[in-house]
Amino acid sequence: MRIELNGQHKELDGPATVAQLLLTLGLERAPCAVEVNAQLVRKALHHTHALAEGDRVEVVTLVGGG
Amino acid sequence: MLEAANAEYLMSTHQPTINARTAPVSPALPPLRIGSFTLTSRLVVGTGKYRDYTTMQAAIEASGADCVTVAVRRERLVDAEGRSILDFLPLERLTILPNTAGCFTAEDAVRVSRLGREILEQLGNPGAGWVKLEVLGDRTTLLPDPVGTLEACKELVKDGFTVLCYSSDDPIIAARLRDAGAASVMPAGSPIGSGRGIANPAAIRMVIDRLKLAEQGGSAEYPVIVDAGVGTASDIVHAMELGADGVLLNTGIAHAQDPVRMAHAMRLALDAGWHTARAGRIPRKLYANASSPWEGVITHIPGE
Repeated sequence: MRIELNGQHKELDGPATVAQLLLTLGLERAPCAVEVNAQLVRKALHHTHALAEGDRVEVVTLVGGG
Repeated sequence: MLEAANAEYLMSTHQPTINARTAPVSPALPPLRIGSFTLTSRLVVGTGKYRDYTTMQAAIEASGADCVTVAVRRERLVDAEGRSILDFLPLERLTILPNTAGCFTAEDAVRVSRLGREILEQLGNPGAGWVKLEVLGDRTTLLPDPVGTLEACKELVKDGFTVLCYSSDDPIIAARLRDAGAASVMPAGSPIGSGRGIANPAAIRMVIDRLKLAEQGGSAEYPVIVDAGVGTASDIVHAMELGADGVLLNTGIAHAQDPVRMAHAMRLALDAGWHTARAGRIPRKLYANASSPWEGVITHIPGE
C-alpha cells in the first residue's frame, strides 16, 4: 500500500493503522501529532484509524521557533 | 506626543512609590495575565535560531522567561542524532506557546494550531490551551495577513483556544482581532528578525491606546505584547515606555554574539521600561534648564 508520508512516497507492507505506522517509524513514544489528509487524528484514535491507499500523512513535532 | 505617563492603563498598574533604601534592586513586577494564563515574566522568548541547545537553555534561564515559543514542523524521520528540543526545555516550569509560523492561510494556521495542541496535551503542558497565531502575507516581509489572521482567530476561538494574535501595528485590525476574541493582540515592532526595533512608535502607541483606553473602547487589563523586530535592549525599553504589557522576541537574543548576556540585558530592559512608563518622564524641551541654581553664581554670564 502506498501512502505519502511527510511529502515523500512510502510503501507499506500491508494494511496499517496510524499506531502501526508510528511503531514502524520508531516514534510510538515520541511526542508527535499525526494528520491524515489534513485532518488531525487524535492520539486516542491512533490504534483504530486505518490508513488507506494514497493517504497523505503528516507526522509533526515541536522545534525551535519564535 | 508619545509620552504615555498619564494614561490610565499605566496608572492602573502603578505600584506604590518605591522606597529606594529598602526596595530590592529590581522590585518584582506584577504578573502578566492573558486569558486564563498567568506569567511571572513579561518577557516571552523564542527557541529558534540558536547555535546549539545548551546556549538556548542558558539564554532562556538568563532571560527569566517562564513562557517560550516553539514551532510545529515535520518529524525528521531519519534523524541520526534523534535529539528533540523538548529534552532541553524545563517543561515542568515553562509554559510552551506553540506558534503557527510558516502559515500563509487561515486554514493552515488552524491545522497547525490543532497539531501543536495535540503534542502539548501529550506532554501535559498547560501550553496546550493556547496558540500564538501567525498568518503571514509573504516570505519576504513576514508581515501578517490581517484578513487571514482575523479568519483564523475566529475559528480558533470557536475551537476553545486562547489566541494570541501576531498583528501589524494597525489599531483598526488590532481592535477587530480583540473583538473576534483574541486574548492578546501582539503588534509587530518591525518585521520578524529585522532587528529594527519599534519602526513606528506612533502606530504602536495607537494600538495600545485603542485596546487599553476606556474612551477608545478598550480596557486597561487587556494585554498588549510587542512581538517581533527587537534588536537590542533599548527596543524593549521603548516598547514598554509606549505602554506595552510585555515583549516577545527571539532573534535579538539567539543571534547576538553572546546570547546569554543579551538575554540578561533584555530582562533588565523590560524592568527598566516598565518602571519608566510609570515614573512619569519629564517633558522634552528645545532649550536647556540648568540643574544647578543661578542664585549665588560668582561668574560672568554672557549677555547679562
